[in-house]
Formats: sequence, C-alpha cells, structure tokens
Amino acid sequence: MVEWPNKVEESILNEILQFIEYLKKNHLNEKEWEFVPAYNSLTLICKDTVLDFDYLKPKLKEWYGIKGEVAPATRFQWRLPVFYDLEFGLDLEEISGQLGLSVERIVELHSHSIYTVYGIGFLPGFMYLGGVPKALEVPRKSAPRPKVLKGSVGLAGKQTGIYPQDSPGGWNLIGKCPVPMFNVKKDNPCFVNVGDKIQFYPISKAEYQLHQIEAEVGIYNIEKIVLDA
Amino acid sequence: MLNILKPGFFTTVQDTGRFGYRDKGVPVAGAMDSFSVSKVNTLLENNEKCAVLEITMTGPELKFEKDTYIVLGGAEMTVTLNDTAVENYKVYKINTGDILSYGKLTKGFRAYLGIKDGFNPPSVLGSRSFFKPITEQDTIKKMANLPYSTCKHFNPKISELKVDSVLDKSVLEVHKGPEFKLLTDKQLSQLFYTDFSVANENNRMAYQLNEIIEGNKTSMLTSATLPGTIQLTPSGKLIVLMKDGQTTGGYPRILQLTDIAMSVLAQKKSGDHFKFKLK
Repeated sequence: MVEWPNKVEESILNEILQFIEYLKKNHLNEKEWEFVPAYNSLTLICKDTVLDFDYLKPKLKEWYGIKGEVAPATRFQWRLPVFYDLEFGLDLEEISGQLGLSVERIVELHSHSIYTVYGIGFLPGFMYLGGVPKALEVPRKSAPRPKVLKGSVGLAGKQTGIYPQDSPGGWNLIGKCPVPMFNVKKDNPCFVNVGDKIQFYPISKAEYQLHQIEAEVGIYNIEKIVLDA
Repeated sequence: MLNILKPGFFTTVQDTGRFGYRDKGVPVAGAMDSFSVSKVNTLLENNEKCAVLEITMTGPELKFEKDTYIVLGGAEMTVTLNDTAVENYKVYKINTGDILSYGKLTKGFRAYLGIKDGFNPPSVLGSRSFFKPITEQDTIKKMANLPYSTCKHFNPKISELKVDSVLDKSVLEVHKGPEFKLLTDKQLSQLFYTDFSVANENNRMAYQLNEIIEGNKTSMLTSATLPGTIQLTPSGKLIVLMKDGQTTGGYPRILQLTDIAMSVLAQKKSGDHFKFKLK
C-alpha cells in the first residue's frame, strides 16, 4: 500500500491515478496485479502470493520518482437522473427542517454540484463521492434502516451516493436513480471509475419510470462527457 | 448433476475467488479455508481453481446422478456414503445414485466436498463462488441440481493424504497492518497476551471477537481492506475481515492475518479461543 497525505484533495487523487497508469504501462501487468485507489491511498494486490516485498518497496519509490507527468486514463463526467420526491426521498422533509432549506432548494443544491469519485467500495458499485456543498452537510441517521432500496440516493456528512443494491443503510434518503450502478452481465460491471465525476439532474416520475424500463432492457444511454486530464 | 436432498445450514460453492474487480467494490469471495481446499483439489488432481462445496456446521444430503470421484476435507464431520462411513482426504469412487449424508460436526467449522474437475455452476466475473447479488444464489437450495462432469475412470497418483491439519491450531500468525504504528504499548500488550474468542457475529464477511481492547479514535480516510485485515474500532472491538468482506474500510487496519492463519480462523466457531502472534 502506498499512502499520500491524509487529505481529501483532487491533486492527490490525480497523482494516484497517474501513478497507476504509469505502473500499468511500464512495470506491473494488469493480469497479475490489482490496483485499488481510494482518497489518499493506492493498494497494490499481486495475484501470486509469493512476493518479494523487500525488492518491490524501493522499486516503487524509484518508479514514483521517475514517473514524471503521465496522462491518466480517460476520465468521464456522468450525468445521472434522480427522481427527487417524497415517495423515495424518505428523509427529504426531515432534513429540510434540520438544514433550514426548502425541499426545492435541497434538490437545486444537490443537482448543481459536481462530485468526484474518490473511491468505490463498501458494496459492489458503491461510490464515495466528494464535493457536497456545506449547506447540505447533515449527520447520518441515528438508527440505520434495515433495508434501503437499490438506487436510493443518500446524503451523510460530506458524502453523497447511490445504494447500488438493497442494503441496510444509515444515510438520509433524498431520491432515487433509475440507472443501475452495477451490472454483473457486463464485462465492465460498473461503468464509473475512481477519478470520474458525477452530476445529478432532477427528473419527473414519468421520466423515472421510462428510464427504469430503458435500463432494464439495456437501452438506456448514460449521458457522459470526456474530462480533460 | 448433484441433486440436493437436504441443503444443510449454510452450504455454498466456492473456488479461489474473483480477481480484478476490487476497484469496483467486489469482494474476493472464495473458500474460507483455502489450505484444506488445496489439499482436496490436489488429491483429485484438479486445477487449483476447481470449485468445491463449502459446508458450514450442519451438512447436506446429496445424491449423485453421474459417476465421479470425490474427496472430503476441512472440518471433521461424521459422513456416510450409502451408509458406509467415509473420511477426510481420501479419494472415493462415486457411482450414479450414490447418496452422501453429513452428520455431526466433530472438529472445526467448515467442511469441504471436492469433486473430480469441480462443480460447475455459472461463472460470474471470473469465479463460481456464491456471493449474492454478484451470483443469483447465496446457498444451495433443497431439490436444486448442481452441475459437474462425469468421470468414469481415474487412477489417482495418491489415494489418501495425511494432512497437517489447521483444525488443532490456536495461534494466528499476523503481519503488521498499515496502521500498526498507531498502537500504544498498552494496546500491543492487550493484542498479544489476550486469549481471544470468536463472537456470535461471525460469518463469511467478518469475524468479530468477544474481548475488547483499548479503542482507537483516529479518524482516517477510507482505504482498501483485504481478507484477513483486522480493524480496530473506536470502542476497542476487533473485526477480522474474511473472504466476503468489503473491499474498503475506514477503521485502522492494525493487523493482517497470514494466508494460513485465515484458514485456521475459518475453522473456528463462536466461543473458540486463539491468540495472535506476530510473524
């Protein structure tokens, strides 16, 4: 594991992503190695458990020193639809009171921000998103719900995200996204990569139902734009 | 096909697990006691990736609908093949219609049933290991069928093996984890002198321990975790992540079990005791 300073910063994440690209292209074959980036750390996992750590440790330092500027892998900004409504946004009214903001204002703030994917974990396809506006910071619920529905969009502290499957969860629910975040039938089961950006946009119930059907039959195209490195 | 007459308490198909999807949050899965499984597959002269049945605590009753060869391993249970007792780490020939019945658990916690060329439920993301919702199934179900290939003739090079079992061990060897340096002298002595025991909260995702040590309040950013990572919570609880454990976590990772220690722990059940030893 390689660690950077204990901060949530895009520049650190970019360094990590560049280092991964450099290692993949020059030294560590993707068939033999897994690369798990998150916030300020990179964990390298070798398929062959017999590993000469004493050899690799100084090598990694050396490689990091000489890597220079590397173009990271192409990154995308994804636009994801959210049906912000009391039907699925079970906590919208409550946090509206807690934050002193109208439901409309919460939706506006949440969908006008652009979030960075700092990590994927906890559940398959669960994104750790950074970039929640200060005005929307609200503590997680004191008692977690035993079941949060797949697709639910939640807010907790400095984080927001989508539950990729039914799961227990303690985040404040504000809406539901009809696009599945994880699909085992695809070679790449999760279209998002660490380092990508996410923007949410509000949709109506009719659009939610339409997108849900489109997603089920596999014809929903997720809007994306390529980000400059 | 293998016909499931009784599924047992928690019986799953497991192989060596999923590789290459941890950056998307997919746990590795795979056999909890990989040491015992490797012996089973070696005796059958199988590829190491061949899938076996992982049988937890209470075993199944199974009817074979094709000829094949099997080997049992891992936990010790009273098992009969058409009413004749069978033992661990011996190759047995199976004829169509044979019935294998698991009885009482006598030692360990997880038993394995290996079959010539492995069980073949669908492979999802490179592995046949059950893990819902990556796979549709979480456990084998009554009256369901599990595919395998027929094998009529097999001359094993070795027909039985004396295995230096993981069942009797009560020392878990550990490496220092990334946050080991945060531990105080008091925590260190608690970690390496306490006789720990497995809490009731133990499953394929994680084992919690009954004894608590001084907690750690350090707040850290979420980072990768592995099977065998031992986390220390602010309240002093120790959580050992197992094969279905989540791929990231936010608690200090103080220790990391060796591969063999994972197998040793996988054979422990609620209340069983052990100590940690730094490797």
